[in-house]
Amino acid sequence: MKPFLRAAFLVAVMGALGIVFAAPLLFMFASSFKHDDAIFANLASWSAFIPDAGWSLANYAAIVERSNLPLFLLNSTLIAACVVVGGVLVNSMLAFALSRMRWRGRRAVLAMVVALMIVPFEVIAIPLLSLVARLPWPGIEQGALTWHIGWFNSLHVQIIPFLANAFCVFLFYQFFRDIPRELDEAARMDGAGPWTLFFRIILPNSRPVIATAAIVLFIAAWNQYLWPIMVVQGEAARPVQPGIQQFFGRSNSWGQIMAYASVVTLPVLAVFLAFQRQFVASVAGSGIKG
Amino acid sequence: MKTLPGRDHPLAIAGFAGPALLLLGLFMLVPLLFAAAATFTDHRLVSPEPTRYVGLENYARLLALQVVEVEPLRDAAGAALRDEDGIRFPTWRQTRRAHPGVAQYRPAWQVQVGERRFVLAATDPLFYRSLINTFLFALLVLPLQCGAALGLALLVNQRIAGRVFFRTVYFAPVVTSMVVASIVWSFMLNTDRGMINELLRAVTGDPNVGPDWLGEPRYALPAIAIMSAWQGAGFQMLVFLAGLQSISPELYEAATLMGANAWQRFVHVTLPGLRNTIVFVLVSTLLLAFGLFTQVDVMTQGGALDSTTTVVYHAVRTGFRQQDIGYGSTIAMVFFGIVLLVAVLQRVLLARGDNA
Repeated sequence: MKPFLRAAFLVAVMGALGIVFAAPLLFMFASSFKHDDAIFANLASWSAFIPDAGWSLANYAAIVERSNLPLFLLNSTLIAACVVVGGVLVNSMLAFALSRMRWRGRRAVLAMVVALMIVPFEVIAIPLLSLVARLPWPGIEQGALTWHIGWFNSLHVQIIPFLANAFCVFLFYQFFRDIPRELDEAARMDGAGPWTLFFRIILPNSRPVIATAAIVLFIAAWNQYLWPIMVVQGEAARPVQPGIQQFFGRSNSWGQIMAYASVVTLPVLAVFLAFQRQFVASVAGSGIKG
Repeated sequence: MKTLPGRDHPLAIAGFAGPALLLLGLFMLVPLLFAAAATFTDHRLVSPEPTRYVGLENYARLLALQVVEVEPLRDAAGAALRDEDGIRFPTWRQTRRAHPGVAQYRPAWQVQVGERRFVLAATDPLFYRSLINTFLFALLVLPLQCGAALGLALLVNQRIAGRVFFRTVYFAPVVTSMVVASIVWSFMLNTDRGMINELLRAVTGDPNVGPDWLGEPRYALPAIAIMSAWQGAGFQMLVFLAGLQSISPELYEAATLMGANAWQRFVHVTLPGLRNTIVFVLVSTLLLAFGLFTQVDVMTQGGALDSTTTVVYHAVRTGFRQQDIGYGSTIAMVFFGIVLLVAVLQRVLLARGDNA
């Protein structure tokens, strides 16, 4: 009886805490289906967390009509996709050069990568702003190549600076270091060059770390806020986080804002639920290595 | 360890290492060096004037600080004047006239000792306010978030039904973006219609309770701290969970055999086993707390009388909104200095643990 009581007590505590942690998100999803009057009617009861009988998709229809949400979603999807694919590629390649090739300055570069991991983005945001204002970007005008100065109001300004990521390089480096060298030596014996070795042997054996890096890069890219509010003024290149912040400042319909918040949150929540195992493993790994 | 296979072609090495190194150099090293250099200039984002070298002017403007002692207003007999708020003091304008050295200074903080008031006056009082707010926020969020994370980790580490489900629930806020979390909590903290005040009113039965959480200086920062802890605790929970699972079960068995109760096992087995994890969690939470920006930008814009202005918020306001890159970079560099101090502290703490 006693172990049973203990288990019941623990489940009760877990459940109570679960309510605290889930409440704001449930409130968000539930309210997104409600008319504003219905939201305010039952704030202090359980029904605040479940859609009411009069639920509808009216809020979702309204935000699509009243804002450029589909465009912002497309922008964020493109940005996140490019950062994930490009980031996994360049970071794993540098890690490969660090763990599998011999070259002068290798140790210094490794030390630099480790040192750069602690530089918060907030420190370089303002000088980076000044830098991208001066960078050229190619364009075609009347059939001729022209250079346009300044990267503002574009998607690439939200992608290119975030491809290389010191933390991801380090993740890949740690993982590659533990792949047995017999594998590559066998391939080298068969005459494989570094490219074959990398794409045929190393990468296919690195699925867990690729998943981890992809998740880290995806979440960071999707949740970007400080950088886009600095470099994107118009709506054409705006991603979802500044989009919802702006909608929040402009709209006074709680239901619509909650619908907007739900749409912005669902993709990340879906990625999380789909890759939960890798997620847990990646966080655990980041902590133990410290 | 075996030797590395034969040398690769230099072009192949460049092909592998080049792209990421180029990007890291251009978008991290260059901005970092540029920021350090910009602190000595009056560089602006867009300006018809050429950038000038100004020496340590930015640092002087940012850091200049004086303690000014202010005497109370006195009547003819020399006794301090009082009103319902206590002792009456002259206004800052009057004080400034009496102290010619502080013409450019404005009060950032003040403390009263007996009949005297000490004013911390700065040329950029908002910077000191933001520095104090940032440390205050860290002080609030650190025990809250790390304590919650450790508690949750201990819970979901128990062998009971539903632990995977609850682990997912506790982690869900982490994948919610800070902007969305801030917006949802703004609604929950709303004075008249917010869920939290509605609950307070329902529990106390008093229809008049319910503070203006984000509008009152003494509540705004704690409210943001609670919201931030809610959003972030799930991440540290997973880190703690990994730490807990790396502690050998034999240690617990041995402790139990020696007659240790649950609390003694926690203090003598769990806590020492988690030492490095605790250092890592504390340091990473501290660094996140120092970077506080999004919650403030969405929920209060630094407001309730500057009670939520933080160092990063101040840097963005001057560097970006006022386009003063030189001064904004100076704030960013001071912020970076604090981050480096924390990193060094982490090294020291971990090194000491290894020697013990």
